[in-house]
Amino acid sequence: MRGINLHGIWAIYRTEMQRALRTVWQSIATPVITTALYFVVFGAAIGSHMQQMGGVDYGAFIVPGLMMLTILTQSISNASIAIYFPKFTGTLFEILSAPLSAFEAVVAYVGAAATKSIGIGLIILVTATFFVDLEIRHPFWMLGFLAITSVAFSLFGFIIGIWAKSFEQLAIIPSLVVTPLTFLGGAFYSIDMLAQPWRTISLFNPVVYLVSGFRWSFHGVGDVSVAASLAFMTGFMAICLAILWWMFRTGYRLKP
Amino acid sequence: MPPILSISGVEKHYDSGLTALGGVDLAVRRGEIFALLGPNGAGKTTLISIVCGTVTMSAGTVLVAGRNIVTDFRATRSTIGLVPQEIALDIFSTVWNTVQFSRGLFGRAPDPAYIEQLLRDLSLWDKRHSKTIELSGGMKRRVMIAKALSHEPELLFLDEPTAGVDVNLRRDMWALVRRLRDRGVTIVLTTHYIEEAEEMADRVGVIDKGRILLVEDTAALMEKMGKRRLMLELQQPMAAIPAELQGWPLELQSDGQRMVFTFDAHGEGTGIAALLKRLGELGIDIKDLETTRSSLEDIFVSLVERG
Ligand SMILES: Nc1ncnc2c1ncn2[C@@H]1O[C@H](COP(=O)(O)OP(=O)(O)OP(=O)(O)O)[C@@H](O)[C@H]1O
Ligand SMILES: [Mg+2]
Repeated sequence: MRGINLHGIWAIYRTEMQRALRTVWQSIATPVITTALYFVVFGAAIGSHMQQMGGVDYGAFIVPGLMMLTILTQSISNASIAIYFPKFTGTLFEILSAPLSAFEAVVAYVGAAATKSIGIGLIILVTATFFVDLEIRHPFWMLGFLAITSVAFSLFGFIIGIWAKSFEQLAIIPSLVVTPLTFLGGAFYSIDMLAQPWRTISLFNPVVYLVSGFRWSFHGVGDVSVAASLAFMTGFMAICLAILWWMFRTGYRLKP
Repeated sequence: MPPILSISGVEKHYDSGLTALGGVDLAVRRGEIFALLGPNGAGKTTLISIVCGTVTMSAGTVLVAGRNIVTDFRATRSTIGLVPQEIALDIFSTVWNTVQFSRGLFGRAPDPAYIEQLLRDLSLWDKRHSKTIELSGGMKRRVMIAKALSHEPELLFLDEPTAGVDVNLRRDMWALVRRLRDRGVTIVLTTHYIEEAEEMADRVGVIDKGRILLVEDTAALMEKMGKRRLMLELQQPMAAIPAELQGWPLELQSDGQRMVFTFDAHGEGTGIAALLKRLGELGIDIKDLETTRSSLEDIFVSLVERG
């Protein structure tokens, strides 16, 4: 036997991507319209009162936060539904009975979810250039942050999909935890603007580190250091991988 | 050569506290059709699911072609095909795509010619571009079989292949199983129906309450268990079996209105003709007659009585 079931990984990855491509216009239209709306509301309405933020045009300032907001929610929802749906319809039996290791299953599902998120992130970026002049200081870091965030939160979504026992549970973490944290995490403002103690409290919000690092790759400045951002992302990913490893080893909510 | 499937000491205790399997030992020979026969809740699906890796066993060892299914799961699972009891299909996929998906998932390179032949054999070729959600129940079941065969398994599990299936599909299914066996595929199927086991299987294992009660050649089992009964409704009720008929395995039922003759369906001659002739000679008139055979329940009863 070969060491890795490449055909198996490819079969899952391809099927997942085909699902997205079937609704490709939906997949593209949603982020484009949302981005345009955010620019109208935040950029035009608020931005007219607030020309600059940290030495950058307000319109340009919110681009990284806007991308992060969408990437987080998309990664989580794509990856969680990818595993929850087979569990719900019973087709998971085939995945569980295949000669596929847990690692390979995760690579396939999370890889597909992350690919979609990266695509959507780039669509938002392109859309944004129609509204604002955008300069990206560190393009490679930008892509790096984009990729690592997509992967990390797809892993997180995968965990939620395995854990969830109902569609309500599937929706609860993204809407009750992730979206509020993103809005409070400096997606649309710099946490330097906040008064104490809110500033210090914000430093406990994980999304601050994501947005800050990402914003640094665009504008060269962030709320916290790049090292802190990177350390946070790596730590978060390691925790997700450890949880997944445990879930597959024990069959937690995957098989009786 | 080791048995293609060797199960020893397998137990399953579900989280609910229920013991579905209480120490199962079983060996399936390469190339045979093996029927696992048992009532609802006996543990058939649980046992199959453990071998296929969709349920974790609580204790025991399973070897497929001599390899451990836990430590060597890549090698074992790529040789196993499973058609589960419940139909579960990706409703967005077409027939062709979902079968191709299964082949890839099990680690095989694409082979359109093989999949075409498979779909033709299962009368699915015309439906290859249909979404699975658009198919009838019987067609969906065929797709499940195509998926299970997509990676050319050596050991195929069919969990109640003919439950809720019409006569045509049932006959097709049986023909397919025989063709597969001729190609060297080993088949393990579960069923509630003793006729199905008798019709299909080389050997039968009877399972109840998570324990294997016996494993036997089908012919031998039917001989031992396959008692049939001839029910004779009498024109005139009778108080006792006449002396002339002593020695025949006869008994009276329903206040002497019915005479029951027990015979062996697989014996040399059933004795029916001789009995009817004898009754005629004795002037005993018969209103109606009917034959019945031992049901699965009778077999369990007699097994438990013997055990
Ligand atoms: N996931 C589960 N959790 C708890 N108990 C279960 C689970 N799956 C099956 N059981 C129980 O285990 C026992 C064996 O079930 P199993 O499905 O193996 O029986 P079976 O022989 O396949 O029955 P049938 O002929 O109805 O398909 C039953 O009592 C069933 O209720
Ligand atoms: Mg069953």
